[in-house]
Amino acid sequence: MSGRPEHQAPPEIFYGEDEARKYTRNTRMIEIQLVMSERAVELLCLPESQPCHIIDLGCGSGLSGETLTEQGHIWTGVDISSAMLGVAKEREVEGDLLLGDLGQGLPFRAGAFDGAISISALQWLCNSDQKSHNPAKRLYIFFSSLYSCLSRGSRAVFQFYPENSSQVELITSQAMKAGFTGGLVVDYPNSTKAKKFFLCLMTGGQQPLPAALGVDSREDTPNCVVFSQKRDRVKQLRTGKAPKKSRDWILEKKERRRRQGKETREDSKFTGRKRQSHVW
Amino acid sequence: MKLLTHNILTSKCLKGVTVGYPLGIVAKEVKVNEVEFNPEFISRMIQKVDWPALCKAAENLGHSDDLPPAVMDDYENNEEFLKKAHHFLMEIEVINGDLICPETGRKFPVTDGIPNMLANEDEV
Repeated sequence: MSGRPEHQAPPEIFYGEDEARKYTRNTRMIEIQLVMSERAVELLCLPESQPCHIIDLGCGSGLSGETLTEQGHIWTGVDISSAMLGVAKEREVEGDLLLGDLGQGLPFRAGAFDGAISISALQWLCNSDQKSHNPAKRLYIFFSSLYSCLSRGSRAVFQFYPENSSQVELITSQAMKAGFTGGLVVDYPNSTKAKKFFLCLMTGGQQPLPAALGVDSREDTPNCVVFSQKRDRVKQLRTGKAPKKSRDWILEKKERRRRQGKETREDSKFTGRKRQSHVW
Repeated sequence: MKLLTHNILTSKCLKGVTVGYPLGIVAKEVKVNEVEFNPEFISRMIQKVDWPALCKAAENLGHSDDLPPAVMDDYENNEEFLKKAHHFLMEIEVINGDLICPETGRKFPVTDGIPNMLANEDEV
């Protein structure tokens, strides 16, 4: 089994046509990306109910961008893989897309954006994909251009997969050199599966970092992200149907049967009543 | 590429470029979409937008009718102005064409609505 994607090929080659399609069809992948995107937007601490202008760094096929749209923001996405951007176009995402290499710097005017997010992209900048690439230099060019195109007081949140602590060190040192303050927020630090790294960078001077999830060692701390359940509830309400097996569901089903002309028992006070469990 | 995006794009990542703004546009295909009007967002963006650059871009595209030549005073409360700004910033899209660096003349092609800002190794 091959190891980390960034060791196999540069991102524009790894995310070719086939991989781009696979990535965007894999429901588990989609779910994980959506959860991480929502968490990243949460960590951005944007002003309440105000539509903001956000840049999505390494936007890929637009999965994270859709979260931004859902929350009412206007976004622009940059990615190095034209195959991934092609998928984003097919999915008709709202954000404007740009083909570009983050390590060459962001080609935007000063103060253009109110915030930046990046999901599962930053680790790709740590590798030399070409002889002339110097990761530290590319990271510095990236962070300093990002710093300048963010308006004062705005933040950049990066969810990424660091290979080791020296990579984290490399990334944070270049970010600090570029003028950012902030640091790493690690959600679910004690779970191998759920552990997620978020680099939270700020432009407005040192501020306290947001609290990480799943840090209490109490029994009742969930070992997964809490609001994934919230999404299901919202989905349920949106479909307008009652949850399975509840009394409402049973009554609806009986109504459906009557409309189909099937023989159905009359409804009574006993319909859908909770039964006492028996030992047979 | 919407005109809002064009308004914030520069070529300053290229070697030897000082400002790199605004980028010229030569468009072969332009589309006009319908985009939901968000007055709060437009109002805030107008503060960041370089209005003369927007006018020049709209002119290059041949879509400059009805675009006010300058930002009006008290624009936050002028819904008609905001709606016009919205139309030009968010509803006009360049599908195919080129963006041109004002200092080096270097072209950045736009294909299927996506500008290619990738620079060659010797350009950065």
